[in-house]
Amino acid sequence: MSAPVPYPRDFALALLRDMLRIRRLEERAAELYGQGKIRGFLHLYIGEEAVAVGALHALTPDDAVLATYREHGHALIQGVPMTAIMAEMYGKQEGCSRGRGGSMHLFDARTRFFGGNAIVAGGLPLAAGLALAERMQGGTRLAACFFGEGAMAEGAFHEALNLAVLWQLPVLFCCENNLYAMGTALARSQSQTDLCAKAGAYKIATQTVDGMDVVAVHQATCTAVEQVRAGLGPYFLEYQTYRFRAHSMFDPELYRDKAEVEQWKARGPILAYKARLMAEGLLDEAGLAALEAEVEQEVEAAVAYAEAGSPEPLEDLCRDVYTPAPVPTANPEAAP
Amino acid sequence: MSLRTSYREALREALREALQRDPRVFLMGEDVGRYGGTYAVSKGLLEEFGEERIRDTPLSELGFVGAGIGAALGGMRPIVEVMTVNFSLLALDPIINTAATLRHMSGGQFSVPLVLRMATGAGRQLAAQHSHSLEGWYTHIPGLKILAPATLEDARGMLWPALQDPDPVLIFEHAQLYNLEGELNQAEPVDISSARVRREGSDLTLIAYGGTLGKALAAAEQLAGEGIAAEVIDLRVLRPLDDATILASLRKTRRVLVVDEGWRSGSLAAEIIARIVEQAFYELDAAPMRVCSAEVPIPYARHLEQAALPQVPAIVAAAHELCG
Repeated sequence: MSAPVPYPRDFALALLRDMLRIRRLEERAAELYGQGKIRGFLHLYIGEEAVAVGALHALTPDDAVLATYREHGHALIQGVPMTAIMAEMYGKQEGCSRGRGGSMHLFDARTRFFGGNAIVAGGLPLAAGLALAERMQGGTRLAACFFGEGAMAEGAFHEALNLAVLWQLPVLFCCENNLYAMGTALARSQSQTDLCAKAGAYKIATQTVDGMDVVAVHQATCTAVEQVRAGLGPYFLEYQTYRFRAHSMFDPELYRDKAEVEQWKARGPILAYKARLMAEGLLDEAGLAALEAEVEQEVEAAVAYAEAGSPEPLEDLCRDVYTPAPVPTANPEAAP
Repeated sequence: MSLRTSYREALREALREALQRDPRVFLMGEDVGRYGGTYAVSKGLLEEFGEERIRDTPLSELGFVGAGIGAALGGMRPIVEVMTVNFSLLALDPIINTAATLRHMSGGQFSVPLVLRMATGAGRQLAAQHSHSLEGWYTHIPGLKILAPATLEDARGMLWPALQDPDPVLIFEHAQLYNLEGELNQAEPVDISSARVRREGSDLTLIAYGGTLGKALAAAEQLAGEGIAAEVIDLRVLRPLDDATILASLRKTRRVLVVDEGWRSGSLAAEIIARIVEQAFYELDAAPMRVCSAEVPIPYARHLEQAALPQVPAIVAAAHELCG
């Protein structure tokens, strides 16, 4: 029996609500994909919700967040409206990237969500740079960068980690270890499978966390955030988690056993947390039904918003390749 | 008032001025600090501005170019020095997949005000991994602006407007130019949007940039003695190209020769000629020509290296053929 949920009821339920929001959004997105409403690649986060929810609730709203191409959940919890996320997947100009990015490239300047990134490990050096800018300007916001364990085979991981530790930058490196880089198991692609040991080679503080337990994720991330904000340098968290669905909508899943998937599903983050809240009397069936109905309503409103959205006019195709500002022509005060 | 200076010193003065004028500006790259810069451009700046703003990086082009993009997103105005264009290939991902795409892909939300400086070009017997002119490749990419200062004025003047530009700007400094010396008119501001006519003429137009400008001007001088008045255009800005200046010149001369240290196939020279043919085909008196590098990895041995590069005699010969 785990320890009691260490939160006031409202916050305890907020964690469940946010996991449900991600889950139901994505289940609906998968349906809409089947109907041809959403195209391109669609990577579902189902099974991993405890990570984004627990981790992002440990940050303050103006911290910078960077994520991967499996980022619907991170965008949503960082505060990007579900309507704008759904409209983006529909390719409508009401989408959070005006329909230019799609599922893999959600952006939102207002919530400092610096993207989805479809280049594995692409966000890590950017996070180091954002953190550098913050420190040079005397700010206290940190940069949290989410990436999969597959990214730890990329040079960008090593270069960014080295820079962040060398310069003691306020970066939270959030590794979502779901055991497979697309279809390649960790042990088949990386010589060192102890991810904290691998990261630790750069003299960074590390912690392994049960990524299926939203409370554990939140608590471990709070500890890490505290250290980073105290100026003790970056921090590496390994969240051990599992992707319940296929890598994308085109994946026959030849690389893993059905039994393995079922085992992990039995530990599902929503299932487990729901049971825990009920056992502790923080939630009952009626409360759960109300929560589900509320989330359902948000999802349907998002779909309606996306359906009602409009395509960006073709004359705007080339808009924003460059910033529409007058190009400065000269340096009037040129000194010797 | 003018001052005797060098291309290297002009670049350094531009850096110094930018660092003095804008606290958001900082320089980072390999050996820019303690070493003083591979080409000694940033010599003395560490002592003047300190380690926070003159930042030596590890050998991590992918990492520190990406960090430069992040810092630009975070409100700074980073100048990132990549030692040579050859090493910039290790940072192609952040340059092309992120810096160039971010504004459009985010629906106009995020601009990347990053300045990337790097050396380009051959001529110092450094062989095939330090000598290539790959700036033409970068000109293929929407979202980037590409500059090639070929004069002291541009070495001194292009950095500040590049830093004011809200989008990523790549500055290519031809390695043969660092020692170029001359008089610099201190009061002369420059733009980063137009090509310049560096020598007027009426018989043909020579188009050059960066390291080939000097060769084109030398060829024009020789041609003048042989009865051909060549106009010489310095492109200065490789993307976006200033078609208007090019077309205005060839409407006068009706003959055009492009000199490009890049390889011929898929080159910037090819793009320029395509634009001329598309827009002024019937105004040409002869098929456009180009003098480019031989299609080989640039070799070490001096005679081979020199034979691989565009040279004045080849430019002069092509000009005679065009005007013949």
